[in-house]
Amino acid sequence: MRAGLTRRGAAAAFGAAALAPLARPAVAQGEAVRVGLILPLTGPFASTGRQVEAAVRLYLRQNGDGFGGRRVELLVRDDTGVAPEVTRRIAQEMVVRDRARVLAGFGLTPLAFAAAPVATEAKVPMVVMAAATSAIVARSPFVVRTSFTLPQVTAPIADWARKEGIGNAATLVTDFAPGLDAERVFKERFLAAGGAVPLELRSPLRNPDYAPFLQRVRDARPQALFIFVPSGEGAALMKQFAERGLGEAGVRLIGTGDVVDDDLLDAIGRPALGAVTSHHYSAAHDSPENRAYVEAFAAANPGVRPNFMSVGGWDGMHLIAEALRATGGDANGDKLLAAMKGRSWTSPRGPMAIDANTRDVVQDVYIRRVEERNGRFWNVEFDRVPAVRDPGA
Amino acid sequence: MLTVLLDGLAAGMLLFVLAVGLSVTLGLMNFVNLAHGAFGMLGGYVCAAMLNRAGLPFLLCVAAAALASAAAGVVLERLLYRRLYGRDHLDQVLFSIGLVFVAGAAADWVFGARQQLIALPAWLSGRVEVGPASIGAYRLFLIAACGLIVLALHVGLVRTRFGARLRAAVDDAVVARGLGIPVPRLFALTFALGSGLAGLGGALGVEVLGLDPTFPLKYMVYFLIVVAVGGANTVLGPFLAAVLLGVVDVAGKYWVPELGAFAIYTAMVALLLLRPQGLLARAAER
Amino acid sequence: MTARPWLRPALEAAFWAAALGAYFAFPDLLPLLSQVAIAALFVLSLDLLVGFAGVLTLGQAAFFGLGAYAAGILAQQGWGEPLSGLVLAAVLAGALGVLTAPLVLRGGDLPALMVTLGLGLMLGEAANKLPGITGGADGLLGVEVWPVLGLFRFDLYGRTAFLYSLAVLFALFLLARLVVSSPFGLALRGVRGNARRMPALGTPVRARLVAVYGMAAAYAGVAGALLAQTTQFVSLDALSFGRSAEGLLMLVLGGLGSLYGALVGAAVFTVAHHLLSELSPLFWQFWIGAALMAVALAGKGGVLGLFAAALRRAS
Repeated sequence: MRAGLTRRGAAAAFGAAALAPLARPAVAQGEAVRVGLILPLTGPFASTGRQVEAAVRLYLRQNGDGFGGRRVELLVRDDTGVAPEVTRRIAQEMVVRDRARVLAGFGLTPLAFAAAPVATEAKVPMVVMAAATSAIVARSPFVVRTSFTLPQVTAPIADWARKEGIGNAATLVTDFAPGLDAERVFKERFLAAGGAVPLELRSPLRNPDYAPFLQRVRDARPQALFIFVPSGEGAALMKQFAERGLGEAGVRLIGTGDVVDDDLLDAIGRPALGAVTSHHYSAAHDSPENRAYVEAFAAANPGVRPNFMSVGGWDGMHLIAEALRATGGDANGDKLLAAMKGRSWTSPRGPMAIDANTRDVVQDVYIRRVEERNGRFWNVEFDRVPAVRDPGA
Repeated sequence: MLTVLLDGLAAGMLLFVLAVGLSVTLGLMNFVNLAHGAFGMLGGYVCAAMLNRAGLPFLLCVAAAALASAAAGVVLERLLYRRLYGRDHLDQVLFSIGLVFVAGAAADWVFGARQQLIALPAWLSGRVEVGPASIGAYRLFLIAACGLIVLALHVGLVRTRFGARLRAAVDDAVVARGLGIPVPRLFALTFALGSGLAGLGGALGVEVLGLDPTFPLKYMVYFLIVVAVGGANTVLGPFLAAVLLGVVDVAGKYWVPELGAFAIYTAMVALLLLRPQGLLARAAER
Repeated sequence: MTARPWLRPALEAAFWAAALGAYFAFPDLLPLLSQVAIAALFVLSLDLLVGFAGVLTLGQAAFFGLGAYAAGILAQQGWGEPLSGLVLAAVLAGALGVLTAPLVLRGGDLPALMVTLGLGLMLGEAANKLPGITGGADGLLGVEVWPVLGLFRFDLYGRTAFLYSLAVLFALFLLARLVVSSPFGLALRGVRGNARRMPALGTPVRARLVAVYGMAAAYAGVAGALLAQTTQFVSLDALSFGRSAEGLLMLVLGGLGSLYGALVGAAVFTVAHHLLSELSPLFWQFWIGAALMAVALAGKGGVLGLFAAALRRAS
């Protein structure tokens, strides 16, 4: 009997202890401004979330956590990247329970879409550091973006291809919303400039064996192949492109920078040589800010090169910090938002700004080629299009 | 066209090597091991680590991967799996999914969340002309290697005593035990074999399928498809199923790319409706 | 248990009182709790199928997603009344269930599992290929849901969302209870126990299975609709294999065949995920996996089984 009571008592005690953190008392309104960082830290998009988190933490380490007289406190939560309702729930909890004054992060479009109404209702700025669909900024008047949009970085490569004299190009994209966006924008620009798109291919998101699609491309022998795949898939695609001898067959590989993600480029290696892509950030960008950034990032995260996702995090944190300085430490949502709009600065990626009306990012887009330097592989910029705005959905 | 078929054949055979262990485990031990992909993942990581960090020869790394997975299989079988024999399938599902989570988190902790990439040795790179078609050297290697494995499995099952005992135990474990066949030891060895094959498949597949901590969850669906369509207690059944699915998938994407992933799912559902017990299942119901 | 016949109703009353009491005890965590309620309804639908009728399925998310999109599109197209969204979701999902049941009921466990999986994957792929209707991978926008009963707006704190979800869960739970303790439910349990003998008792086995499949599908559809309405958003993950697998996991974790096991499993898993994720954002999966393994190895029939065993030991 005694053993039974003890066990039941233990169970009850355990239960109470387990639930205790849930019934946290209301946090005393101290000085710290809480920034809620919601990222996919586990699951299929974990590499995105970790790059962003690393950059945000690096910024705070380098610049301290005091801006405009207020201390900034970072709250990081994992939303797994595959359940928008979890993202929304975390956003609500951060605003309601943790009294976050800024929401940030958002690794994918549906996650940002789901959480945006929370920002609107709570009147809290929402800094989108990774997601890339045009319509996100329209979803809430409190959304500000420091990442990029796919149309923004796709249009320049289409223009460049025509300038290079490429007459026809096949397209191969992953069959989901971002891929379809990239395909649409490339086609529009390329056709408008007088080119032809003889072949459009879409590969399924699941089980992407590119063999049959690349075989179709080989059969069609276009002058170039435009590709868009989620970062992470680029390796498989480039290897199979090289394996199939498409380069030797005269097909040039062009695409957006997702394919030659800096995070993986070194590991992909030789098969990527010569690929020309357009993107807003390269770890090889030649500026003192970027050199310092890459060095500091690699020092803090051994063996990891910062990529285009990380720079969205860095600049997002910078935007929040600068806004706080501008408001003199006032964390009121409307005031912070007003301080964010129209701001411009020099980022490791180059010059960038937040459009005062659309709240979207305006930045230079670079044309780069994969080259080998000292045994390592980099996206070397050789041309740029200044101050590109999002062409719109 | 032949190129496309060869590509599909390579993919299918790789899938077979990965999935055959699951078929044997399910058929013999009646154990639903959804963590099968985790052994494949282990093999992939061992191979990638040895190749990238130690620079050892490719074939050695692949062999080491198979051994590592087999060893892990033996250890886990003795310690944990054994306790769940004969239990409700759903308990086994709960256990094996838990194991997948643990394995994924462990892989993440050791290797990080990024894709693991390997650099193939020179003799496996490039293309090879085979008559009117050309095929990647690595895919040709896959077909040859997996073909050898299938042959070895078949011979092993049919010609050796171990194979005879295994087949007896699959047919009727109670009678087999009565005949003096050491069924528990057989289970352990078979589990090791199945896991080892998964590890081998995982190592061979790093180049083609990719490798990251979500590997077991990503590809579990395909293993299940192969086992379900092929039948859970033969080796030839899953082989045919895997090759069929590989070819249908690749051919579908080549000729009717608009169908996309529908091809493989429709094929699976159709095959299952036509032959619910598997392609080569025996007429007598279990 | 027969020594104290009041124990079971008392526990049940305590359970629902605690569920309602959570509204007052955890005012900052209502979004989490409403997701627990929605997951509980989804897992309840799985219990009807797997726990009572013995039909294994890995494609239940197809009905969940169909219900979510039905309610979401209805609201998007201008009719945002929540209760009618639930009804539409139930009808459409139930219809799909009844239509696909014959396909699923051929063959044994493994073929059933794979056919449901295949059908689920196909529906997911179809939704991806129709971005004009579903919004594709980006998700369905413009879902504007009117206040419940014209009075209760869906607010930032999740108050309406929680009470609404809990009320729907409670109502459907009562209905499920009625069904499983009716002759229909007893026949189902007979089918699960030994499907070959039941026709000898005059039970039209197939008809019963199709009926319960349709009912479970309708329940899953309502759960999906609740999600769409409380979050005002729907995306492809509602149809995903991961959701089906997670539902099955929660059911086994809680314990099959008792209806309460479904609720407990959903609550324990969701809350555990939440707590562990806060403590360890990168490695919560390790702890959850270990816990699942432990419960499976303990083998008492899930959390509810463990609880019951502890009670028996104590008395």
